[in-house]
Amino acid sequence: MKQFAAFTKKEILEQLRTGRLLILIIIFCLFGIMNPVIAKMTPWMMEMMSEQLAESGMAITTVDVDALTSWVQFFKNMPMALIVFLILFSGIFTTEYQKGTLINVVTKGLKRWKIFVSKESVMMIIWTLGCLTCYGITFGYNAYFWDNSVVHNVFFSAVCFYLFGLWLISVLGLASVFCNSAGSVMLALGAAFGASYLLGLFPAVKEYVPSYLLQAPNLLTGNVDVGDYLWSVLILLALIVMQSIFSVVVFNKKNL
Amino acid sequence: MINVNILEISHVSKSFGSNKVIKDLCFTVPEHSVFGFVGQNGAGKTTTMKMALGLLRADSGEILVNNEKVCFGENAANRFIGYLPDVPEFYSFMTPAEYLQMCGQIAGMNREDAKEKSWQLLELVGLGSVKKRIRGFSRGMRQRLGIAQALMNSPKLLICDEPTSALDPVGRKEILDILHSVKEHTTVLFSTHILSDVERICDRIAFLHEGSIALNGTLDEIRGVRRSERIEIEFFRSEDAQRFSGLYEGCIQTEAAKVVISPGGRGMASVMEMLLQNNISVQRLEQLEPTLEDLFLEVVQN
Repeated sequence: MKQFAAFTKKEILEQLRTGRLLILIIIFCLFGIMNPVIAKMTPWMMEMMSEQLAESGMAITTVDVDALTSWVQFFKNMPMALIVFLILFSGIFTTEYQKGTLINVVTKGLKRWKIFVSKESVMMIIWTLGCLTCYGITFGYNAYFWDNSVVHNVFFSAVCFYLFGLWLISVLGLASVFCNSAGSVMLALGAAFGASYLLGLFPAVKEYVPSYLLQAPNLLTGNVDVGDYLWSVLILLALIVMQSIFSVVVFNKKNL
Repeated sequence: MINVNILEISHVSKSFGSNKVIKDLCFTVPEHSVFGFVGQNGAGKTTTMKMALGLLRADSGEILVNNEKVCFGENAANRFIGYLPDVPEFYSFMTPAEYLQMCGQIAGMNREDAKEKSWQLLELVGLGSVKKRIRGFSRGMRQRLGIAQALMNSPKLLICDEPTSALDPVGRKEILDILHSVKEHTTVLFSTHILSDVERICDRIAFLHEGSIALNGTLDEIRGVRRSERIEIEFFRSEDAQRFSGLYEGCIQTEAAKVVISPGGRGMASVMEMLLQNNISVQRLEQLEPTLEDLFLEVVQN
């Protein structure tokens, strides 16, 4: 436990002092604020553009915005935040391989699984806090401007996206035990997402792949049943556990 | 006192692709010695050290550290070892004290002990007053911090990979002095191709050539193995040197009043006899010791 705590402290210090945490705090707060702001500004923007649109034959009637508009914006912005998050952390393992910094701690007797679990936990905790921040800010503003109760299953939908992020973080960990550069880790992440997306095109399996959770915002209108996403959630959780175990087994024999 | 070996390498081989780097390597490092591991660049020194640390997989053979078998990857025997890589890299966003405290806690020390030990070691390596982050460190400072981190877990064996190669003469001396000073508490195995460093602090050496040990033993033993038969005579007057050259077969005049002879089977006595018979007095008569450099070149060229 002492070893794990010491290494995790280093990981957190690294995120603080390299400015990575600050960038993420800014991004998650910014996206959190942008969602209601964009929704709030939509009628104004439409009005501004109405003259131009009228010239091209389109007539603008009054645009109604409510909490749903803001939440839809939330689910549009979160993938951007996830991409920035993954890019920032793509080198979390590979930079250490390239510099050789893990050699010192491993030769001090630090168990390799602790390195892996520590790094993955720090990423997952920061992702969790980021999602909570963004969700909290959007929820607060939405409650202030409109009424959140018109939107259905918003928390569950957000959890689905959050879980999808966790899956990609565990893919990042898995890719990092095989790859030696941040670029190849990003490629592997792209490949994993692509594979999940392509599998999702087959009707027989589409409800079981992780990327199915990206369609969870369909729940917001209340026309779809939460139960439809249950299998996907369970399979995703199982994948995270299996990927992490496999990563540790490979990492134990990796040339550092 | 029983002579315990802290490191035993027996019949170890290692290839990278078709390139066989280490061939049936065998040697032992006794406790409380400073062991110089000498070889050309590319002789396999770093490979051998990394195998002892479980950072590389040996193709065959066995390595024991403090009688515990070394395993590739998750290597429990690492708790006995302190390692200084050839180019030590640290977390540049940390201060040296923070880094050492982390190392101490990883090695199993509690917070207070780690703190105290890290200050002691920073004093030892001359970084006690440095407060800045590692990012701004010079190469010499990194090397000193490298030794401090390697000693953090009070290792039984300190493995240093070419610790002095990239340093200026002052930096080299400081590092060698530190290594010499820790000899009482730990065994030092250090690789190098700088032979003067070996002569300065080592009591045992092994010459690694093309993946196997060419020579191994204490400094005296090694010199004894290849004891030169050459004799150097320094005369008071250059005429004596010239006269003696004419008398003794196989005599080479190296300076005005100095000659070097290889008496072959005749030995030192025949030289002295010749001097006595001809009534030539000498200033100095010396059996030449081979330098480590001679030995090294001999090993490399054979």
